[in-house]
Amino acid sequence: MGMMERVAVTSDQPLLRVEGLTKRYGSRIGCADVGFDLYPGEVLGIVGESGSGKSTLLSCLAGHLRPDEGAITYDRRDVLAMAETERRRLSRTEWAYVHQNPRDGLRMGVSAGGNVGERLMAVGARHYGGIREQAQDWLGRVEIAADRIDDRPAQFSGGMQQRLQIARNLVTGPRLVFMDEPTGGLDVSVQARLLDLLRGLVRDLGLSVIIVTHDLAVVRLLAHRLMVMKGGRVVEQGLTDQVLDDPQHAYTQILVSSVLQV
Amino acid sequence: MILIEDLSKSFTLHNQGAAVIPVMEGASLSVAPGECVGLTGQSGAGKSTLMRMVWGNYLAAGGRIMVGGIDVATASPREIIALRRDRLGYVSQFLRVVPRVPTLEVVAEPLLALGTPPETAKARAAELLRQLNIPERLWGLSPTTFSGGEQQRVNIARGFAHPYPALLLDEPTASLDATNREVVLRLIEEAKARGAAILGIFHDEAARARVCDRLVDVTGFTPKVAA
Repeated sequence: MGMMERVAVTSDQPLLRVEGLTKRYGSRIGCADVGFDLYPGEVLGIVGESGSGKSTLLSCLAGHLRPDEGAITYDRRDVLAMAETERRRLSRTEWAYVHQNPRDGLRMGVSAGGNVGERLMAVGARHYGGIREQAQDWLGRVEIAADRIDDRPAQFSGGMQQRLQIARNLVTGPRLVFMDEPTGGLDVSVQARLLDLLRGLVRDLGLSVIIVTHDLAVVRLLAHRLMVMKGGRVVEQGLTDQVLDDPQHAYTQILVSSVLQV
Repeated sequence: MILIEDLSKSFTLHNQGAAVIPVMEGASLSVAPGECVGLTGQSGAGKSTLMRMVWGNYLAAGGRIMVGGIDVATASPREIIALRRDRLGYVSQFLRVVPRVPTLEVVAEPLLALGTPPETAKARAAELLRQLNIPERLWGLSPTTFSGGEQQRVNIARGFAHPYPALLLDEPTASLDATNREVVLRLIEEAKARGAAILGIFHDEAARARVCDRLVDVTGFTPKVAA
């Protein structure tokens, strides 16, 4: 970890600015009038029950869905006005997306090293030795033993697959990472290991992260700020421990009081 | 360094008929650099509520909380995150950490977050853990498996790793033996000597008498019941 670059976590410019974002499915609301700023080095948690619009919102932000209204500004660039090629280049280089199910974010027929190396090649790396070395370095960072580099992800446990997906996503040095329930479906002990890994990476690389989850314990430990969604709308947002310890909205009060020991 | 003026707080319980419960009004106090102020009052009088408002995890209904150049009562989450990183420390009664993270790293974390080189941060963490008599063989283990007293000492080590100019201490000596209690009291005295402004809750009366320069009874901040 010593070679990682430490990034100043404070900056006056938001990396991502979202304003009035709305997505409808016919007459039904996916998400409505969502707005927030995300600064470099900040982790924003989005919580809410299924159907609250959190996944729709994440998809709109990551460019998988086109919102009907609103604006997304990334590093002073208007994301919705971008040409498709430019947006794709962004999602390959400066953005990353960690899926809930690692199978959606990995190529299951390709070796672990190949999964990581492939991303480097997609951004122009050509030197085989260098690619393999970097892949190896990243597998080490996510605690996958060097002798597993030629194994396929299908031979890995769920927790290892998720760590591999993270390595594949972070190897190109993204600045903004979208995560959809990254610890969902994992054993509690594996979850803890992953949380520790994510926290270290956020801190050491100065990553900005938007993490969607229904797990309040996960956001308590990982997110600086929290947004609570219900029925497609943001009902409350603020400092994570403030929202959890002193919830203001009726829905957040129910959400927090329904959980065993957050 | 910590200045509280006319602070008020109420809870709205939406799921109990939107009952509004005023719990504090007209709270005012100040803590100068190098001073330790102890909050007193019966259990439920609002000592912890006041501490949480200064930390920023309870919202204020009105008033001001000036710490480290910002008003926590009106500051943005981002300003409070920055405040907690370098100007305001908090030793709570509960250790809340990611399971599995080794104790040494838990203690070093506030320094790592400030960009301190890992070796320096870990050396400082080791020094504090040694002072607080946490055996070295435990440093590589997660504190989640430790006894209450050990967890509390880990929490204290973490809270004192960085020399915050303002500190909140919630019962820092509660479950400690005489030796470790003495270590903690000395850490508090050292923090005062370097100019830290400390606001604390101490049920341990002898500890309170030794480190506190003044006491503030929060009972005076309880809202008057309307006749």
